Amino acid sequence: MSDTLKGRQPGSRLRLPGYRPEEPGTHPPLDHPDYRSTRLRHPSQPLVPLPHRLTEVTGPLLGEGRVGETDHDLTAQHPGEPLGERIIVTGRVLDGDGRPIPGTLVEVWQANAGGRYRHDGDRHPAPLDPNFSGAGRCLTDAEGHFRFVTVKPGAYPWKNHPNAWRPAHIHFSLFGRAFTQRLITQMYFPGDPLFPFDPILGSVPEAARERLVSRLDMDLTTPEWALGYRWDIVLRGRRATPVEDEEDDA
Amino acid sequence: MTHPPTPSQTIGPFFAVGICWPDGPDVVGEDTPGARRIGGRVLDGAGDPVPDALIETWQADPQGRFAHPDDPRGPVSGGFRGFGRCPTDAQGRWAIRTLKPGRVPGPDGKPQAPHLTVTIFMRGLLKQLQTRMYFPDDTANADDAVLKLVPAERRATLVAKKRGDGVLEWNVVLQGKNETVFFDF
Repeated sequence: MSDTLKGRQPGSRLRLPGYRPEEPGTHPPLDHPDYRSTRLRHPSQPLVPLPHRLTEVTGPLLGEGRVGETDHDLTAQHPGEPLGERIIVTGRVLDGDGRPIPGTLVEVWQANAGGRYRHDGDRHPAPLDPNFSGAGRCLTDAEGHFRFVTVKPGAYPWKNHPNAWRPAHIHFSLFGRAFTQRLITQMYFPGDPLFPFDPILGSVPEAARERLVSRLDMDLTTPEWALGYRWDIVLRGRRATPVEDEEDDA
Repeated sequence: MTHPPTPSQTIGPFFAVGICWPDGPDVVGEDTPGARRIGGRVLDGAGDPVPDALIETWQADPQGRFAHPDDPRGPVSGGFRGFGRCPTDAQGRWAIRTLKPGRVPGPDGKPQAPHLTVTIFMRGLLKQLQTRMYFPDDTANADDAVLKLVPAERRATLVAKKRGDGVLEWNVVLQGKNETVFFDF
């Protein structure tokens, strides 16, 4: 028995939070031929089901010391303001039972208003904006709220198929409380006419697609200053009762 | 009332503008006693390197504890972060610097063999892949409950190899011959 387990009573059990299985109809399939790059990048063998124990129900609790005071404001990272339509993006990070997830790191990145990323690999001949880096981060507050100030990203072309364009979107990265809740996704803007042509949004089961679309909120919209978009993010839910790890019952 | 979960989307090709940290690959600092390098390549179904993947690792500390309040055995010592994050380079290579984790309780009543849990994101992947890396020459591997869930002929894909320079090398093969085992959890 390792040092880790010394000092524990025989027969004692670790009580761990349990996480519900992913609901069918939520996530895209890994093999989605309309999105060409999935072809050589999806496993051909079935995934092996893994029971959740300590490694899976814990995860990095990051952020303290990683988030600067203005990191949530993508319009305030340079001497001048970026070009484009200034927007506020806010919402809550919740678990599957609607409970807020406080103090979790939210990271975002996006193209500028012209549809160009500040990245060497982006060959789209749209201008870079010297006043826009396109990255932000914040920690959710006690009620799970996040808030960013940015500019609305532009649509941009890509090479998936002839005349392919991505609808405007902001990338979001979430940790939640456990590695089982880790999520990277994209937030879209309501009514984008490019939706029917986008194989990445289209990879999501139809009934779940609207969950990726923010809504215009006139209460959040600040007069004479910025439009407000609201979007809640729901991570995997926990089980009602803890799982008992029968570690010492062997 | 249950809230329907938010679907996953690809990390895309340009994540480096947003979520790469200068100290991401340094789970521990260079001067940490016992620190070792772990790295490898990410290869696609044609055997070509994937130059735009992000590898994230999560692990227990050398005493087998997690820096997390849901580890019921109490806090870790020394502020061990447990988390590594490294993008692949043009040759599909990634590397982190960390400590070998201790053994943590497992699902079958026995401590698990030391392992890292590894998450892989990339353009062309609509939801992250999840796998584990085990350490070579660890006798606990033979009795590990999670490795036993994996068909015997595929277990080697989860075990790193020790190189001459002491670096532990572990490749992620997305598809085809020697495809890495990925987990559904």
